[in-house]
Amino acid sequence: MADFLSFSHISKTYPGVRALSDVSFGVAKGSVHGLIGENGAGKSTLIRILSGDTSADSGEIAIDGATQTFSSTRDAFAAGVVVVHQELQLVPELTVAENLRLGRFPNRAGIIDFRSLKEEVNRRLKDIGLTVDADTKVAKLSLGERQMIEIAKAIMLDARVIALDEPTSSLSSQESEVLFRIIGELRAAGKVIVYISHRLDEIFRLCDGCTVLRDGKLAAHHVSMADVTRDSLVSEMVGREISDIWGWRGRPVGEVRLKVEALSGAKLPRPIDFEARAGEIVGFFGLVGSGRSELMRIVYGADPRHSGKVTIDGADSSGASPRRSIREGLVLCSEDRKFDGIIQGLSVGENIVVSARRHFSPFGVLSPKREADTAAEFIKQLRIRTPSAKQEIVNLSGGNQQKVLLARWLAETDIKVLIVDEPTRGIDVGAKAEIYELLYNLAEKGLAIVVVSSELPEVMGISDRVVVMCEGRIAARYDRAEFNEHAILASALPDRTAGEPNKKAS
Amino acid sequence: MAFLKRLLLGEQGLLVIFVIAFAAVSIFVPSFLTERNMLGLFQSVVTIGIVSCTMMFCLASRDFDLSVGSIVAFTGMVAVMASNASGSIIVGLIAALACGTFVGFVNGAIIAKLKINALITTLATMQIVRGLALISSDGRAVGINDPGFYQLALSRFLGIPTPIWIMVILFCLFGFVLNRSVFGRNTLAIGGNPEASRLAGVNVDGMRIWIFTIQGLVCAVAGILLASRITSGQPNAATGLELSAISACVLGGVSLAGGRAAMVGVIVGVLILGIAENAMNLLNIQAFYQYLVRGLILLLAVLLDNVRSTGLGRK
Repeated sequence: MADFLSFSHISKTYPGVRALSDVSFGVAKGSVHGLIGENGAGKSTLIRILSGDTSADSGEIAIDGATQTFSSTRDAFAAGVVVVHQELQLVPELTVAENLRLGRFPNRAGIIDFRSLKEEVNRRLKDIGLTVDADTKVAKLSLGERQMIEIAKAIMLDARVIALDEPTSSLSSQESEVLFRIIGELRAAGKVIVYISHRLDEIFRLCDGCTVLRDGKLAAHHVSMADVTRDSLVSEMVGREISDIWGWRGRPVGEVRLKVEALSGAKLPRPIDFEARAGEIVGFFGLVGSGRSELMRIVYGADPRHSGKVTIDGADSSGASPRRSIREGLVLCSEDRKFDGIIQGLSVGENIVVSARRHFSPFGVLSPKREADTAAEFIKQLRIRTPSAKQEIVNLSGGNQQKVLLARWLAETDIKVLIVDEPTRGIDVGAKAEIYELLYNLAEKGLAIVVVSSELPEVMGISDRVVVMCEGRIAARYDRAEFNEHAILASALPDRTAGEPNKKAS
Repeated sequence: MAFLKRLLLGEQGLLVIFVIAFAAVSIFVPSFLTERNMLGLFQSVVTIGIVSCTMMFCLASRDFDLSVGSIVAFTGMVAVMASNASGSIIVGLIAALACGTFVGFVNGAIIAKLKINALITTLATMQIVRGLALISSDGRAVGINDPGFYQLALSRFLGIPTPIWIMVILFCLFGFVLNRSVFGRNTLAIGGNPEASRLAGVNVDGMRIWIFTIQGLVCAVAGILLASRITSGQPNAATGLELSAISACVLGGVSLAGGRAAMVGVIVGVLILGIAENAMNLLNIQAFYQYLVRGLILLLAVLLDNVRSTGLGRK
């Protein structure tokens, strides 16, 4: 059977990153096709291209034999392609019916025909088997119900191709069952469903075939799931050659510097324990949404702590605010450089001294000389590539911005614990190696370092120990001697069918 | 107690408070609940009431308009001067409506097409248009030659002055537009989630231009009625109107973050401001205190709204 939806030779490059390279595969009519891969493997880019949100540098998409060129999401709608994003696109203050027909209200001379709108929507909702009233405001619906409305939107557009991006991430298991039933019906109606999920059990349950992406390339394409096992999929997801850009070296490990006991917060209801010693680099691995960043924000005091205890060098840390944590010697370089990290509009030098300047500003009066000296010292020490300390930070490359952020904390006189969240996201390989080297140097000076990353090779490459998180809890811990890509990834993947994590938490 | 809480914090909480306040003022303030005073009260809120109709759309779509006070003064001026110059009231009215619409369109076009922040854009046009009103009149009030012009504000229908009728008609019209028309629902949609609306194919830029254009037109209506009532074009008329109109909308539950608006709420908001002023006048309280009271009312209303939304969120 000819493929209804086909991708041929799709490539896409973002500045500094080759997101997709020469990806080709096809999906048959009336089938559910899984799309899997690690974070950053290129799934989202492929879906964005399919939705018309961005366009490929080369290669083409064909539907039912006809080549498509989408320059906007509207073009994609017109061709019958609808992508249901993980972040829902609904207007909370409008009703279900209004959301479903937004942009296409049935009307006479601009006056909405609410009767026919409601009738149509109620009929379609009933067909799908949803018991939501068309007049309910979306704001009053649960997340799961909203997800269903989003899918109903795709169905009402008479889509021929529906891509679902992690549709069950916010659904309860009953809600997921409803979704699975609807997917089955869509398949029977001859639609093409592209199903993206980290949950391999769902892939096995729903999909007729699946495609594995790895580092922007096609790693495997299975027309049927008959010969595929969970293990073989995991191997295809991770099976890459590891080149040693990490340069890890052993170093002596001292006393416990950071100790976290039974910590919990709003987004992490289950208590969590971990510790980090002087001279140690502890890697935190987990998929997006596993709770890694949330945990670190609570430790740092950026989000409120519900229960538990954090000690730094044996002294209690209140976790009341980032300001307090910094004074106690704990700093966090956050995940999102653009939002929480660099201060746009300020120079490189100011970004470096913004926190530390209070140490050398008697009575709040700045000391330009000492600031300039400090900035110059760190620019040299960290090899930050900038024409001068006065350069605006937005003009620096991602890697150099990251170094500026590290410098900001290193300029603080008495740092004991350094937490870095995704320190090398969007940074080229050369700069990555420099950041790693910097982290080793800091560890050798006796800091306890926690590195959060969703890149498994990176976590394995630079950490002395790895803690794996999955769905808001610690799923496993490994010492460097027991590192194994396959095992670590397997314990990071949520698995509903198996109650226990793959490796028991030690 | 629980019942009271539900009543006050429910959907209709503001209405309940309004009814209680109205009853209290009727009982305790002598000569409040008389036909004469009621008509006076309604007449005093005509300008802010009319302008609040379209301000509601503006806020609901996540925008902002500071230029309304200036447009009201300027269009009143245009109506008077064009009537005097041409000898025809009709010409004066058409000129005023055209000027208001044009200023509104310019606001909308700059905001939607040139992507300039609405606050900045309308802050600029607010000053430009006020300047035009002052320049064209040389800073002085301009009297009306044709006494027929007064009739706009003085004439009555069924014993009720025309401006009140116009305000009521606009309340009904914009209430209908908000709830029943594509325009109204799209307004709430682009305020509630601009990205979703764009992806759903709503013409977001076009909508914003229309909202500001209609706002300009409606301000011209208010400007004409005001000029007629004060029997002249005053270049300094309606100063601070933008803040009163926004207050009335916020009192009425319109969200500054966009996506939430209700005509009944805005009407109640307008009346609360009017009643507070009216009652204080009747009680011979110095006018200076009115600023204080208005500010307090606004703060209380916003606090109430805050308590209500967090209360609902926790449920």
